[in-house]
Amino acid sequence: MNIIDIIGPVMIGPSSSHTAGAVRLGLLAAGILGAPPVKAQIDLHGSFAHTYRGHGTDVALLAGLMGWLPDDARIPQARKYAAEAGLEYNFAKVNLGDLTHPNTARFTLTAKDGKSCEVIGSSIGGGQVKVSAIDGAEVELDGKLPALLVSHTDKPGVIALVSSTLASASVNIATMRVFRKNKGGLATMVLECDQKVQPAIVQLLAALPPIDTVRFVDSVL
Amino acid sequence: MANDKISLNALIEEAEAAKLSLNAYLLPQSAAELEITEEELLAKMAQMLKVMEEAAAYGLTGVRSHSGLTGGSALKLQNAAAQPGFNKLLGALATDAVTYAIAVSECNAAMGRIVAAPTAGAAGVLPGVLLALKKHCNLTEEQLARALVVAGQIGLVIAARASLAGAVGGCQAECGSAAAMAAGAAVDALGGTPAQAGTAVSIVFKNMLGLVCDPVAGLVEVPCIKRNGGAAVQALLAAEMALAGIGSFIPADEAIDAMKWVGDSMPCALRETAGGGLAQTPTALAWAKAWFERE
Repeated sequence: MNIIDIIGPVMIGPSSSHTAGAVRLGLLAAGILGAPPVKAQIDLHGSFAHTYRGHGTDVALLAGLMGWLPDDARIPQARKYAAEAGLEYNFAKVNLGDLTHPNTARFTLTAKDGKSCEVIGSSIGGGQVKVSAIDGAEVELDGKLPALLVSHTDKPGVIALVSSTLASASVNIATMRVFRKNKGGLATMVLECDQKVQPAIVQLLAALPPIDTVRFVDSVL
Repeated sequence: MANDKISLNALIEEAEAAKLSLNAYLLPQSAAELEITEEELLAKMAQMLKVMEEAAAYGLTGVRSHSGLTGGSALKLQNAAAQPGFNKLLGALATDAVTYAIAVSECNAAMGRIVAAPTAGAAGVLPGVLLALKKHCNLTEEQLARALVVAGQIGLVIAARASLAGAVGGCQAECGSAAAMAAGAAVDALGGTPAQAGTAVSIVFKNMLGLVCDPVAGLVEVPCIKRNGGAAVQALLAAEMALAGIGSFIPADEAIDAMKWVGDSMPCALRETAGGGLAQTPTALAWAKAWFERE
């Protein structure tokens, strides 16, 4: 933390968690989809469900999905802009369970080419966010650094394969976590990097046999 | 309650030992921490001041929040204060500080652009104090930018030792911290010593300790907007006392630690959850019910 964090950021009000954090969640969800969404089902849980209109959480989430930043003056009119941009959206209130963070949204997004993804993320205070699940798989992603999401078969050597490929591209891995449902099944690797990972590297990784999909998600902070 | 890691008292002692004002002492090290020049940091702070001024101007158009619960108070106060017969109980500077603080908070509630300094909920306090000082004490843009550096460093200490979030420490951590930051910055900007700036920080926490976060319907409107106005006056009051040479029995670090202790002791219902205080009054509950149904 430094004084720029204290005297800032510049943001559209009224709430760092319900507005600025919501923009970042939208940005992160669109980043995970990897393309501008043309269809978005957004389910709101807890405090997000109760107070979303008063805090502009709905327009903030849409703004993020359209790639806007938390200080964009158009945020209050995001619904209008979304309609103009051909982004078909729907909001619903849901209960994702008592253990779910009160400021949580579940996005079901579809891109123009038909690819889709489901992202669950929370705004955890002060504009900070955390994505906790992608397509039903547990992850942990906070958008502070560029990240690589690799889903792969859980077997020896995959981590070495990924890390050596990144090393050859001079990408430094800042943090790394692996999540799996069961031994030998499908696992997800979340690698936060100090550099952006170029599309060629992403394609190279995706072509490796034990690897199912690779997504590069840029930072949103 | 001891916390030796980041200390406002230490910064103050170092500035006093170097025979420098707090801003002169803090500016080079703040710029160095960010790996930018002093000029770049001051330019960045000047940009923040510009956003604060724009936010106050937007609030003063009388804008209302999307929920319809609040709005127009800053404009009312400004209009009233302009009337020759208006009994200005606070004096022109303090009335202006309240006006700007409320204006920025009303801008925030209406989804206008603000500087979250230190948070969105307490975004009115620093602009309230600084814009009033600019108008009445003829502070230059550079002096105001330097004041923001001082405020930011005070905020950093509070963030490290306690918290700036209402959900963690109640309103004392949001509006209280904002007022402490503004008070220390004001003392320094008006030529007070580093020790006096520390005293002002301490006095603010003494006067605002225990303030709960109890927003009606969970919205950043009631009581947040008026509390920003109140916190701006608390900042001025503490700064005035410190500049008069009044000391504080409790040092700034310990006052901040006491704020953390009180925040940790606060039940969840009084930490931004709308589960207690004003948020649970019959009037608040009735409004919230009607509003939820309307949504």
